[in-house]
Amino acid sequence: MSKEEILNMEARFERYVAEENKVEPKDWMPEKYRKTLIRQISQHAHSEVVGMLPEANWISRAPSLRRKVALLAKVQDEAGHGLYLYSAAETLGADRQQLVEDLLSGKAKYSSIFNYPTPTWADMGAIGWLVDGAAIANQVMLCRTSYGPYARAMVKICKEESFHQRQGYEIMMALAAGTPAQKKMAQDALNRWWWPSLMMFGPTDDHSPNSAQSMKWRIKRKSNDELRQEFIDKTVPQAEFIGLSIPDPDLKWNAERGHYDFGEINWDEFYNVIAGNGKCNRERLAARNKAHDEGKWVREAANAYAEKQRVRQQKQTSAA
Amino acid sequence: MSKNDNWKIWEVFIRSKNGISHKHVGSLHAPDAEMAIKNARDVYTRRSEGISIWVVPSESITASRPDEKEPLFAPADDKVYRHPTFYEIPDEIGHM
Amino acid sequence: MAQASEKYVLRLADNILILGQRLGEWCGHGPVLEQDIALTNIALDLIGQSRMLYQYAAEIRNDGSTEDDLAMKRDVFDYYNCLLVEQPNGDWGKTIVRQFFFDTYHYYLQEFLVNSSDQRLSEIARKSFKEVAYHAQYSAEWVIRLGDGTEESHQRVQSSVNDLWTFTGELFTPDELDREMQEQGIGPDLDVIAANWNKKVNEILEIATLQIPEETFMQSGGKQGEHGEYLGFILAELQFMQRAYPDMKW
Repeated sequence: MSKEEILNMEARFERYVAEENKVEPKDWMPEKYRKTLIRQISQHAHSEVVGMLPEANWISRAPSLRRKVALLAKVQDEAGHGLYLYSAAETLGADRQQLVEDLLSGKAKYSSIFNYPTPTWADMGAIGWLVDGAAIANQVMLCRTSYGPYARAMVKICKEESFHQRQGYEIMMALAAGTPAQKKMAQDALNRWWWPSLMMFGPTDDHSPNSAQSMKWRIKRKSNDELRQEFIDKTVPQAEFIGLSIPDPDLKWNAERGHYDFGEINWDEFYNVIAGNGKCNRERLAARNKAHDEGKWVREAANAYAEKQRVRQQKQTSAA
Repeated sequence: MSKNDNWKIWEVFIRSKNGISHKHVGSLHAPDAEMAIKNARDVYTRRSEGISIWVVPSESITASRPDEKEPLFAPADDKVYRHPTFYEIPDEIGHM
Repeated sequence: MAQASEKYVLRLADNILILGQRLGEWCGHGPVLEQDIALTNIALDLIGQSRMLYQYAAEIRNDGSTEDDLAMKRDVFDYYNCLLVEQPNGDWGKTIVRQFFFDTYHYYLQEFLVNSSDQRLSEIARKSFKEVAYHAQYSAEWVIRLGDGTEESHQRVQSSVNDLWTFTGELFTPDELDREMQEQGIGPDLDVIAANWNKKVNEILEIATLQIPEETFMQSGGKQGEHGEYLGFILAELQFMQRAYPDMKW
């Protein structure tokens, strides 16, 4: 194809998605659209899988059996969601093993929120309530993303995630209604997770260079700042309801805008954690590397056995 | 296969209940069909979504090509006589 | 009507809570996502079953205790799980062998309990049996895959079979309580369970090209509350919150 033809195709493609048409795996798509999607979907998948770790940290110590099974089921769902997303990326010609290796080598990114530690049980509440809440805001938007397999994975994920946030909020409710020690634990967790949760939506719109193109391609449907504001507006009353206070002195309702105004986000911290300086960056990657390395002989054995079985069956059929 | 610890991809189809066809739900990795079924059960039916599972190696699926969309599907568009509304029946007859 | 003793129900419950707790350690660390999910499913089944049993034990105790009181407030010597389930996960192969040994026992046990003369135990077993049948199939298939996989996997899994063999005798050695339960038709004849178990384990290990270990000394004591050193650490995590923050609602 000549350069002109490609430009023509790209223009047609942009019109096509602007008219709310979905793109399917074998359809023609601009190479940059494919690359952007593979990067975004695989980052999303990595985030689900790395995101298992801070919560898995509390499975053995959950305070009741009811909480233990709920947490186990939730962390398991995250493995499932990582899997759905890797599957979506594979429809674009990516190879899961390669994507995983990019994560393990540090080449690929994942949501930096999971580099924060979970020192107390209340962190299970705060993650479910705030981190999943923020994730859901993003994921609901992605249910309408232009790439079919991604959108379908998101629909499934959103359906399953609805219990996650309720699970987290219920933990916080129980703590906030508990003894002073429990309430302190809950407030401490809210203090630590509030700002990182706001950072999850990414840099402000004027510092988010790739956003415009993604919006044009209908991969993204709302801007970072829009989603962040939605999340804050929804979450503040939830905190008030259980008597916890948001750690932001500048937070106040702006009747004119119909939204909450909020304080300055510490973007230095955001970039610092992305750069690898969060409390748990090393542990997270080390844990994923360990699981992958120690699983190698298992994956190999299963393949070797499958191959032996195939040969045996072939012999049987040819003998018959 | 490039690496011997890389499991191949399977497409998963689930029948949610009798009376409904199997529907494509996604894919997963497994070394053989037996484990693909078990994995599909664990990955795609955690919330009682199914009563029957098909797994097919992705490589075994032959797909029509999108650039053949027009020759494959456009000819059906102008065969209006295949649809009931093509035929005029008086209202008095009622539903037919 | 026949009713199991509290201690007998706790034995059944402790086995699967401790095993579920061990399996939970794998969550997020499995060899591949699909198997991470699969093993967590088994953990969820087992802990779910243990909750039904703890609730029943609490009813028998009849002093206002809850499932969590029973799980979180007993010390090592009041825990009656067999030694097999408290053994560390080791590598994936060791976890699978431990699971296979236990699942196969659990399968025949539940098969009996479905018809236990204790109606509650029978009801609980009816719910659990399908899950347990799936577990037994799953772990047996993995033993075969690993045994008949690569040279490395064969060696690893053979050494796990050898290591864990010494903890299997306890499952089938009846004590007074086992005999009492058997007499009332509440629990099984452990000789019968042992015969079924041996047959099945022999069959699977043979398909897996693995050797049955020679007769070894069999460890015992777990189900009477005499444990090794591992259980204390398991309980330290399991019970941490209830111990550090007593009598609170979560």
